[in-house]
Amino acid sequence: MPEIRVTPLGAGQDVGRSCILVSIAGKNVMLDCGMHMGFNDDRRFPDFSYITQNGRLTDFLDCVIISHFHLDHCGALPYFSEMVGYDGPIYMTHPTQAICPILLEDYRKIAVDKKGEANFFTSQMIKDCMKKVVAVHLHQTVQVDDELEIKAYYAGHVLGAAMFQIKVGSESVVYTGDYNMTPDRHLGAAWIDKCRPNLLITESTYATTIRDSKRCRERDFLKKVHETVERGGKVLIPVFALGRAQELCILLETFWERMNLKVPIYFSTGLTEKANHYYKLFITWTNQKIRKTFVQRNMFEFKHIKAFDRAFADNPGPMVVFATPGMLHAGQSLQIFRKWAGNEKNMVIMPGYCVQGTVGHKILSGQRKLEMEGRQVLEVKMQVEYMSFSAHADAKGIMQLVGQAEPERVLLVHGEAKKMEFLRQKIEQEFRVSCYMPANGETVTLPTSPSIPVGISLGLLKREMAQGLLPEAKKPRLLHGTLVMKDSSFRLVSSEQALKELGLAEHQLRFTCRVHLQDTRKEQETALRVYSHLKSTLKDHCVQHLPDGSVTVESILIQAAAHSEDPGTKVLLVSWTYQDEELGSFLTALLKKGLPQAPS
Amino acid sequence: MAAHLKKRVYEEFTKVVQQQQEEIATKKLRLTKPSKSAALHIDLCKATSPADALQYLLQFARKPVEAESVEGVVRILLEHYYKENDPSVRLKIASLLGLLSKTAGFSPDCIIDDAINILQNEKSHQVLAQLLDTLLAIGTKLPENQAIQTRLVDVACKHLTDTSHGVRNKCLQLLGNLGSLEKSITKDTEGLTARDVQKIIGDYFSDQDPRVRTAAIKAMLQLHERGLKLHQTIYNQACKLLSDDYEQVRSAAVQLIWVISQLYPESIVPIPSSNEEIRLVDDAFGKICHMVSDGSWVVRVQAAKLLGSMEQVSSHFLEQTLDKKLMSDLRRKRTAHERAKELYSSGEFSSGRKWGDDAPKEEIDTGAVNLIESGACGAFVHGLEDEMYEVRIAAVEALCMLAQSSPSFAEKCLDFLVDMFNDEIEEVRLQSIHTMRKISNNITLREDQLDTVLAVLEDSSRDIREALHELLCCTNVSTKEGIHLALVELLKNLTKYPTDRDSIWKCLKFLGSRHPTLVLPLVPELLSTHPFFDTAEPDMDDPAYIAVLVLIFNAAKTCPTMPALFSDHTFRHYAYLRDSLSHLVPALRLPGRKLVSPAVSPNITPHEDPSQQFLQQSLERVYSLQHLDPQGAQELLEFTIRDLQRLGELQSELAGVADFSAAYLRCQLLLIKALQEKLWNVAAPLYLKQSDLASAAAKQIMEETYKMEFMYSGVDNKQVVIIHHMRLQAKALQLIVTARTTRGVDPLFGMCEKFLQEVDFFQRCFIADLPHLQDSFVDKLLDLMPRLMTSKPAEVVKILQTMLRQSTFLHLPLPEQIHKASATIIEPAGESDNPLRFTSGLVVALDVDATLEHVQDPQNTVKIQVLYPDGQAQMIHPKPADFRNPGPGRHRLITQVYLSHTAWTEPCQVEVRLLLAYNSSARIPKSPWMESGEVSPQVETSIEGTIPFSKPVKVYIMPKPARR
Repeated sequence: MPEIRVTPLGAGQDVGRSCILVSIAGKNVMLDCGMHMGFNDDRRFPDFSYITQNGRLTDFLDCVIISHFHLDHCGALPYFSEMVGYDGPIYMTHPTQAICPILLEDYRKIAVDKKGEANFFTSQMIKDCMKKVVAVHLHQTVQVDDELEIKAYYAGHVLGAAMFQIKVGSESVVYTGDYNMTPDRHLGAAWIDKCRPNLLITESTYATTIRDSKRCRERDFLKKVHETVERGGKVLIPVFALGRAQELCILLETFWERMNLKVPIYFSTGLTEKANHYYKLFITWTNQKIRKTFVQRNMFEFKHIKAFDRAFADNPGPMVVFATPGMLHAGQSLQIFRKWAGNEKNMVIMPGYCVQGTVGHKILSGQRKLEMEGRQVLEVKMQVEYMSFSAHADAKGIMQLVGQAEPERVLLVHGEAKKMEFLRQKIEQEFRVSCYMPANGETVTLPTSPSIPVGISLGLLKREMAQGLLPEAKKPRLLHGTLVMKDSSFRLVSSEQALKELGLAEHQLRFTCRVHLQDTRKEQETALRVYSHLKSTLKDHCVQHLPDGSVTVESILIQAAAHSEDPGTKVLLVSWTYQDEELGSFLTALLKKGLPQAPS
Repeated sequence: MAAHLKKRVYEEFTKVVQQQQEEIATKKLRLTKPSKSAALHIDLCKATSPADALQYLLQFARKPVEAESVEGVVRILLEHYYKENDPSVRLKIASLLGLLSKTAGFSPDCIIDDAINILQNEKSHQVLAQLLDTLLAIGTKLPENQAIQTRLVDVACKHLTDTSHGVRNKCLQLLGNLGSLEKSITKDTEGLTARDVQKIIGDYFSDQDPRVRTAAIKAMLQLHERGLKLHQTIYNQACKLLSDDYEQVRSAAVQLIWVISQLYPESIVPIPSSNEEIRLVDDAFGKICHMVSDGSWVVRVQAAKLLGSMEQVSSHFLEQTLDKKLMSDLRRKRTAHERAKELYSSGEFSSGRKWGDDAPKEEIDTGAVNLIESGACGAFVHGLEDEMYEVRIAAVEALCMLAQSSPSFAEKCLDFLVDMFNDEIEEVRLQSIHTMRKISNNITLREDQLDTVLAVLEDSSRDIREALHELLCCTNVSTKEGIHLALVELLKNLTKYPTDRDSIWKCLKFLGSRHPTLVLPLVPELLSTHPFFDTAEPDMDDPAYIAVLVLIFNAAKTCPTMPALFSDHTFRHYAYLRDSLSHLVPALRLPGRKLVSPAVSPNITPHEDPSQQFLQQSLERVYSLQHLDPQGAQELLEFTIRDLQRLGELQSELAGVADFSAAYLRCQLLLIKALQEKLWNVAAPLYLKQSDLASAAAKQIMEETYKMEFMYSGVDNKQVVIIHHMRLQAKALQLIVTARTTRGVDPLFGMCEKFLQEVDFFQRCFIADLPHLQDSFVDKLLDLMPRLMTSKPAEVVKILQTMLRQSTFLHLPLPEQIHKASATIIEPAGESDNPLRFTSGLVVALDVDATLEHVQDPQNTVKIQVLYPDGQAQMIHPKPADFRNPGPGRHRLITQVYLSHTAWTEPCQVEVRLLLAYNSSARIPKSPWMESGEVSPQVETSIEGTIPFSKPVKVYIMPKPARR
């Protein structure tokens, strides 16, 4: 029984360290290879030993696909390829390929230089890892090997984020990665055609949320920033260096320009410049507005936003600072947060999702006193605002995507179990497709019924077409032919041709049946009566009365004979070939009912 | 005549033609027939290869064919069709047949048999499709002939089973254009011949080819367009097509559903999976709303557009389109809009900084949440935040239309429109501002909404700001703080962009007159008066101060208590502004003073009979001038013209009519004067000098007639005839004068020829109006036409001269509404003493801003002229995008003019003015061949002449010599 097996190594009923194994028609594909923000030990990377205990990963996996450059989707990649050992192809889009190493390097620096971790991957490993990457374009079908092919679709979310269709023969799986169904200031909306995959693996971060229109959010955000700045407060916006950061930068930049504000805006990390450079380059991946206006002015060339220096944090007066990382769990954003937390004039705006265990999550859940490292207690007086600028699809968006792709089954990953449960019910209820939500390490096995292509000879097809009326679209039709299986190829040919090819002689199969009729008249007259009866009933068929007294209907022969014992009973001999089985049995049934009383 | 001559030259290639022509001169036109088809025949016979034949056919298709010769050509084409083996040539022939059968004046029923005949033997699918197209052309040409229609429908039905999608497409198109529904009902009794076209087309909704499915839906829509009532049964079929794989099918299906919803809004349809029932229009509305989140943007645009015109939908459904049913973590959440409204109504404005004030409130029953099938839910929310601006614009337009028909919906959609002011694309922002203006009668802005609206005043785009000013002109503000806020923001706008001055003043004028009671409490603060101390007198030239005064004075017009709050200098300033900016400052009833302007005008306007009567009377008096002696007639005309001019100045509503008739009378006066000249009696040829007056008069009449024809809006055919007639007289006069002054006959030949051509043209254009022109110049002229054609120029002139004298004065019927086109150049103002300096040889851009009133089709007619001091004139064609249309009959031209010249020694002034270009031949109807696009591009927008219609503005420029 052919089947598709899916095992999440990460992101099963969880957010973070996305890593999903898919076996489809004998091919094994790993989707994403991420790290977990919430952990600093072995749990931060997926457990690759699950894949193979003592073989080489390269032998087992056919390819690895990275959906976008966020670390929870690609953070474990150097570890996986260089330290665990994988030499096969890694697929990602061009922007992801460009930006991914910057983020990995940044991540490595924080882990090794700041936290002093040993046994971490090195810069060289990142470089080596990136050499194994094969870049793909949108909607480009890439043949991984003879049977396995993958295709990328636009996913919104961040620059270069893509959904991937993995296809072997007629079986296919779509993995969405992270995606966004509402366009924003710099990215378009995710889009997929009606590809009808066997399985759709979708993220479900906002499974239980329907978001307000983005315009309100934008206006709200700008208003809050503007008011705080006018009051002389400082605004801290913790962001991940790439993705939402650019969105908010564009938003603030255009607002500053329109309102002619002079308050400085800073962006904290050095990697921004490099990353912004790529944003300027990959214009085709952005939304309609930026694509259309970049000839006059590239929107990513910021006029008001400058680089941040650590010393600026102590400057008096209002300012807006974008600092990384986004969940306030380490790095510069946490440092600045500590400095500004005490003043109630200041404000921190959390623009995205915060994983449990991070400082961001704590302050958002209303905690006002935080325990920091070294038993310090930090009192948070500054205002804490949460604005969902996170570019994930909400429940409605997820349903919309499922509706667009029309999959046979849906599998949810990248979300919290409780919320997934709700969405699972909804999907099953609305689309009447089964929906799964495996936990990490749990395998879902889905039987598939792959279609097998069969060649048909043109002659046969045309003959069958000529017989019936116009073929009705999408309706199955009965066709008589012979299936020839030869050297793993299937062909449907007419029976004559099959016989000829195989050098066999045709056997004729005839059914004969006797029908007893109460009739005292002579045989000829009975035959005549049968003839007239059939003639009147079977208007569409050719009924003939032959000179020798027998009646034919098409190729069916009916002969009347007197019963040997009872002269009052006539025996009708009905004989038909196998091909006319349908008509023959209909005739016998008809004749068994008897003839109508003839007018005497 | 010349035309005939020309043709004769062309015809000379066959002798037969020439001979016949000499025999019967009147049938010249008909004679072209054999030659045309014969030439084609010869060509086609000569063709050795299919490619050759194709070339000949293509060449042939470039020239039009007269209606008389069509049949012959068709015969020849058909003959070749039978012989031809190459499908591409047959295809071209088939397409030519279609084209020919469209020729006006040709009845194609004679070729229908052949066309159907060749259709039956045709094997190539492409040619089949083209032949069906030809049949369609024939069928549409003969809408009356029922027999042919039925026959064609039968043919189409027969070919519906063809395997090629192209053929099926054409069949469906044919059915859609020619099939009928009613007939099938009446003929049902007859049996076989009756065909239910709708059923047949409906069967192809499930065709395997998406192109055929689309064609089927389009055919259905075509049936509807032809006024046949579709049956409701196809509704369900159409609904299924909404989930088709192909976007063009979905897009067409959306249209079809919309059509059905408009036909049967009130019928009841069941909701699947429940036993409830709803109105069809509501169901369709829900389905179309669902398509606003379709995968293809083409469909989304289509759906969003159609939503706007579904006015019968129940308000319950309508309001759902703005509600997305927010939830967060399975709890119901209020939208930001709801929160803003609540804050406002609780009196606590703009706090909004409590932690978690957007925290979700009540728990939601998980079973009750519908995520996808919620029909109309949030359709507009999705549409307004779509990625493609085309969709957003369509959504805004739809909102506008729905809001105009439903005040409660207008109130609700306000928040969303206000949000659209922050869109990243200017076009969308502009559109939403315009939309808001259109629905502003139904709404009152809350303060927080006003705040967002006013924030847009800082936009750097002039169009946006001006649109916003227009919007503020007609909005209702609820509080005095709102007014104050608006004033402050407008003044801020004024300092930032001083060029907006006029627009802001106008805006404040309306703001003041709409909200007198709200302005009243603000007056002391605005004028910064103090109960005890005299404050410094503000600067009278400060635009900001004028802005404030405009607001206050307009409010004071309906608020008599307000002037009591004014200080002395305010009254002085009032008097000054009332004079200098009278269009912005109304007349006030000030205490202790006389009314500044006597209150006459408002009382009289309702019954303006006296002036109207006066106009009528004076015109009638003039029309009786036939019977006066020339001297008296001249005097009377002069008097009347003077009267009319004065009347136009006094009564602005009648200015158009008065000017128009005055211009006409002036023409007549000139004509009479010219004919009264003594010089006509001198038998000898005249010298140039003597004829000065007459030729000048002729020229002036021509000018006046062009002005009358093209500078007035509302002129209809009746007037145009008279105007043209007057022009014809002027031309005759010109001819006579030239005849008398020139020696020799040769130049006269051409002129006579030309004049007769003009007469011919006149006759052809206005054949319907000729009966009204009894006894006129042209009437007599046409009587003598045969004689004129054959006589010598000298004779022609003589006849014309007597006829001009005898002709009567035609009565000019006055149109109901007539307005003179006018233009004012606002910028450049022409006051600057600083010359515009630029390096010679390079260009300098001059901003031109002008308002145009009552100009029809300004994109094509309005031109800018620059006159350099050396007499060199330059004409500039502004881009169509430079014209804006702020109101009915009004246009605004904002453009840049590029000036350049060689170096000058000192600065000098150039003149800039606006011209109205006209082209009188644009009125000739075009033949179908011209439309088919295969003809050589004939310049349609050629300019015949121009009329200046604005005061010239002088601009000081100085091209400096280039430094080397």
